[in-house]
Amino acid sequence: MSPKSQFSGMKDLPKTHLLAPGSAMCAGCGGLEAVREIYDVLGGKTVFVNAAGCMTLMSVYPYTPFRGSWLYTAMASAPAGAQGIRDALDILKSHDRIGEDEDLDVVVLTGDGSAYGMGLSSTSGAIDRDLDFLYVIYDNEGYGNTGQQTSAATPHGARTATATSGIGVAGRKKDLFSILAAHEPAYVATVIGAEPLDLARKVERAKTMSGPRFLIALSPCPTGWGFDPQLSVEIGKLAVKSGAWPLKEYVDGRLVHNRVPKPLVPVEEYLKRQGRFRHLFEPRKDEFTLMDIQAQIDAYWAGVMDHDGA
Amino acid sequence: MTQRTLITGNGAAAWGARLAGAEYMPVFPITPQTEIIETLGDWIGKGEMGGRMVTLESEHSMITAAGAGAATGVRVFTATSSQGLLYGMEMLYTVAGWRVPLVLVNVSRGLSAPITLEPDHNDILAARDSGCLQIHAATCQEVVDAILIAYRVAEDARVRLPAIVNLDGFYLSFTREPVWLPDASKVAQFLPDMDPDEFAFRADKPVSAAVAVLGGGPYSYFRYQTHLAALGAVEVFEEACVEYDRVFGRSYAPVMAHRLDDAEIVFVMMGSFATKAMDAVDRLRAQGVKAGLARPLLLRPWPQDAIRKALTGRKAVVVVDQNLSMGFGGVLRGEVASALYGQADAPGALLGYVGGLGGRDITFAEFAEMAREAETAAAGGEAPPTRLLYTQAELREVRNLQTLAHAQGLTPGGEGRS
Repeated sequence: MSPKSQFSGMKDLPKTHLLAPGSAMCAGCGGLEAVREIYDVLGGKTVFVNAAGCMTLMSVYPYTPFRGSWLYTAMASAPAGAQGIRDALDILKSHDRIGEDEDLDVVVLTGDGSAYGMGLSSTSGAIDRDLDFLYVIYDNEGYGNTGQQTSAATPHGARTATATSGIGVAGRKKDLFSILAAHEPAYVATVIGAEPLDLARKVERAKTMSGPRFLIALSPCPTGWGFDPQLSVEIGKLAVKSGAWPLKEYVDGRLVHNRVPKPLVPVEEYLKRQGRFRHLFEPRKDEFTLMDIQAQIDAYWAGVMDHDGA
Repeated sequence: MTQRTLITGNGAAAWGARLAGAEYMPVFPITPQTEIIETLGDWIGKGEMGGRMVTLESEHSMITAAGAGAATGVRVFTATSSQGLLYGMEMLYTVAGWRVPLVLVNVSRGLSAPITLEPDHNDILAARDSGCLQIHAATCQEVVDAILIAYRVAEDARVRLPAIVNLDGFYLSFTREPVWLPDASKVAQFLPDMDPDEFAFRADKPVSAAVAVLGGGPYSYFRYQTHLAALGAVEVFEEACVEYDRVFGRSYAPVMAHRLDDAEIVFVMMGSFATKAMDAVDRLRAQGVKAGLARPLLLRPWPQDAIRKALTGRKAVVVVDQNLSMGFGGVLRGEVASALYGQADAPGALLGYVGGLGGRDITFAEFAEMAREAETAAAGGEAPPTRLLYTQAELREVRNLQTLAHAQGLTPGGEGRS
């Protein structure tokens, strides 16, 4: 982490909140928590380019909680919308038709449904073109806005509205971080709203860079994951402590883990608080699936130890 | 200085963008459009043209970037064909809803399946209800002129909609014709710089664009506003045509007329194939048949008044559709019928033919036969059902292909599978 960070402790985090309250997001929305924290560091000289998802309901005519600008595009092509705005602003600047003070940071904001699936092609294309933009992905591990159907981000063993029986989703969560990092963009980081200091430092770092930059925010989702909204922060912290959501960065061509949880909290502690995993505990404990999930996490961190020498 | 040159339809489209001073060109290659973007790229590379060209990874992204660029206040040009237009279709509707001006050239090509490279109008007509204006060029000259007119109409504060200029693949895209290139200094007279003040993203002037609405009330309001803007674009288009004639000395109208004055049998066609109809009209006239041609240059907005003026009082109207709406027939025939229904002096008969699918030729013999059938229908007061222009020889050829494909003996429903 950059030693020059203005955020050395929680007391340094912004106290005045830029995002206005009163959006249409659910109580306890982990995505909104992350976006609020990200926005405080980014500031209002931004244009958010949105794809279809929960956050599309942030701006419903005639209201918006944003100080800056907003453009809703479609589900698949928000990065291409960012391309059009960035290119146009650069053209205008190069002809002195706008000044630096009128320029904007272009920020894509989509959920996992768009980012892990339909929008992956336009995301990949934007990186190919070295687009100068920040992409914020709020990952609630399912198509949340339509009632939490299975997405490519849904983890193994979770039940969703389209996987209502058996162990739930048999597949594994797509490793979007590695897919993005393989493109060798300027920056990729995972964040979570429940770890605001780590998040603020990463936004701060991304803000100082140019080129394609990504923040993937795991977004505990009370309605989709099945938990009381007041548990949102606790579940977010458990996601990190259990090792299920590694906090990491791809920066300067290197992978860095910002926090190696030692010892790992058993993943059961994270899972058992969520309705989507209740079938792994009731009526009988599904030891096999729970062990499988734990083994996946253990294997991941064993690989990190080997790689980072931690 | 105005210069006359020999260029393809694709070259003419590139010249249209260059003369209009397009600043931002998000592109994606597809046959038969690719020559347009190659030409623009070459000019930009050599410094003969300003502007920035960016290759997107799909037409869907291309149209998104085009709309977003226009929404930020630069003049945008883009081009596609066929499958590309359909791949980007979601965004055509979307950017029309953004109320942003840009010009997209579509080089018409038949749609899959079966896949083909040759032209018809099913691609462009799939965009009919998108909210984009639609101009159908018939010659390379019209391609250049229509692009300049399209920018002026699209950017007019009363309109603010994307415009599509259509030209036919192969027949225009790759055919060299003499074209008068408008003088660049005169273009500035006709097409003033884009005024982005109304709608552009700037740090000191936050704007939320294309936000969600709740309920049918606001949704209906905004959709209908777009409709009203499109309807009003007929008049803006006519104004632009008058001004274009004044500056450049070439005259256009929403519906182009050929020997209509005393015509009894009037063909209605769009695009380059309409020039075949022009030739047929001349030859029929020489044979004593009072034929004429009405060619919609503007399809959206639909120039209802001009269509009525061109077609009422005629003995018969023959619409030749270079498209096929499965289970209906020709799209243009339906549009014409809607304009004529209930008119006091509606033509005695309205005949529909489908021809030119996938670039299939339409011969003079067929125009002559259509004119004869129109005379008969007008006399009898009843029009035959819409038919496909197709010869016995063509059917025999397909039968031979089917033999080679071992496709004989299939049920009638399966007969058409390729």
